[in-house]
Amino acid sequence: MIPLKKALTSPVGRKFVMSISGIALVLFVIVHLLGNLTLYVPDGGETFNRYAAGFEAMGPFLYVIELGLLAVILIHIGWGITTAIKNRKARPEDYDESTETKGGPSRLSLASKNMIVSGVVLGFFLIVHIWHFRVRKDFVGETTEVDGQEATNLYAMVHEAFADPFWVVFYVGCMVFLAFHLRHGFWSALQSLGAMKPEWSKAIYAIGFFVAVVLAVGFMGIPLYIYFVDLPPPV
Amino acid sequence: MADETMDLTLRVWRQNGPDDKGRFEEYAAEGISPHSSFLEMLDQVNERLIHQGKEPIAFDSDCREGICGTCGFVVNGQAHGPEPATTVCQLHMRNFSDGDTITIEPWRAKAFPVIKDLVVDREAFDRIISAGGYVSVGTGPKPDANAVKVPKPISDKAFDSAACIGCGACVAACPNAAASLFTGAKITHLALLPQGRPERGQRVKNMVHQMEEEGFGNCSNIGECEAVCPKEISVSNIAKMKREYLRALFTDS
Repeated sequence: MIPLKKALTSPVGRKFVMSISGIALVLFVIVHLLGNLTLYVPDGGETFNRYAAGFEAMGPFLYVIELGLLAVILIHIGWGITTAIKNRKARPEDYDESTETKGGPSRLSLASKNMIVSGVVLGFFLIVHIWHFRVRKDFVGETTEVDGQEATNLYAMVHEAFADPFWVVFYVGCMVFLAFHLRHGFWSALQSLGAMKPEWSKAIYAIGFFVAVVLAVGFMGIPLYIYFVDLPPPV
Repeated sequence: MADETMDLTLRVWRQNGPDDKGRFEEYAAEGISPHSSFLEMLDQVNERLIHQGKEPIAFDSDCREGICGTCGFVVNGQAHGPEPATTVCQLHMRNFSDGDTITIEPWRAKAFPVIKDLVVDREAFDRIISAGGYVSVGTGPKPDANAVKVPKPISDKAFDSAACIGCGACVAACPNAAASLFTGAKITHLALLPQGRPERGQRVKNMVHQMEEEGFGNCSNIGECEAVCPKEISVSNIAKMKREYLRALFTDS
């Protein structure tokens, strides 16, 4: 009854697309963090490199997964940007006195008002991050041995990067934007799918805060740990 | 209690017509009683302007009891002013202090073009209602009273949604100028009741698509709409609209 094009682009339909792709990305980020936690294992990188080698062992199938993930990311970005443009057009002349919240049930905040800003920053972060650890890995990565097989020494790459305070600050800084994006995004995704009861909304909003903080702090911990704790002091 | 009066400075948006660029003008509002309503205060200012041979400030109002939905503008960045759950006609000057400067602006949205000063054209709302915010009734004999059963909790919920007075504050307060709370309230009201159910799929489809047609923005679940709503309509009405749309995507009715 509702044509597919409308189902994907109407004010309600486009939010379904944003929500579903957003939830998929949150799930990916959770798995990504769990994998990265192996960097904390103090065994000179054996566990982390074995984890990374597991992906390399997938061969061409890894590309299928990566392209799928890339598609989800591009859909989320594409719909997000067109939505933000439409929203901007819906109020051509802004208020002189910037909107002041009336409080109560409102969730107007720095996070909720600036999803496009945190989103664009995370988009740039992704480009840098994919180049930094994914593309470069295939060209300049030194190798090591995992279970008798040759594998990229990604552990060494990570340690080399986070010996540089610039990258530590860059990664930690970008994760602040992740926290802000998820603080509103998690709750918003569920509300946009209609998964909301007034009785639940406080709890869902609180869970969103928890998810945002745990994921952001979890990722921030890795460069900080490597820089301040794990790196051998310069001789 | 001594009736002290207040002197205020108003920064009011003046715009001669839809094509005028518009600008802020300052007016002194002197000798204002804290017991007067915001609109009575504007009436006083306007009387003085008329005496001076100047054009009075145009604003909408009708019942001045907070139930008709005619009045409304933005006071210091807040739709209907600082008090929650009220329209600007029921906002009283005791919410302000002597010497305050108050900025008054119209609802700002592409779908609500300014007609003059603080008066905006809200026909976009009427067109959303015309697209499906009604129940088609066939002619014929009157059905028996109580033949159609509605559980009390459902009728209460439907009534909460039906309380919308269509003032447009939700659009005005929304950073995206979205009309989701207004549209969601009407869709929820009718989808909950047996009389509205036969047309629910068609209704949500047509009303949501009309909302887009009118140039309203897209809801990003900020919830400022609920905070400014004079009738405290919950954003759960928006979630219900999403579920109705989802249902319409996968069913025939």
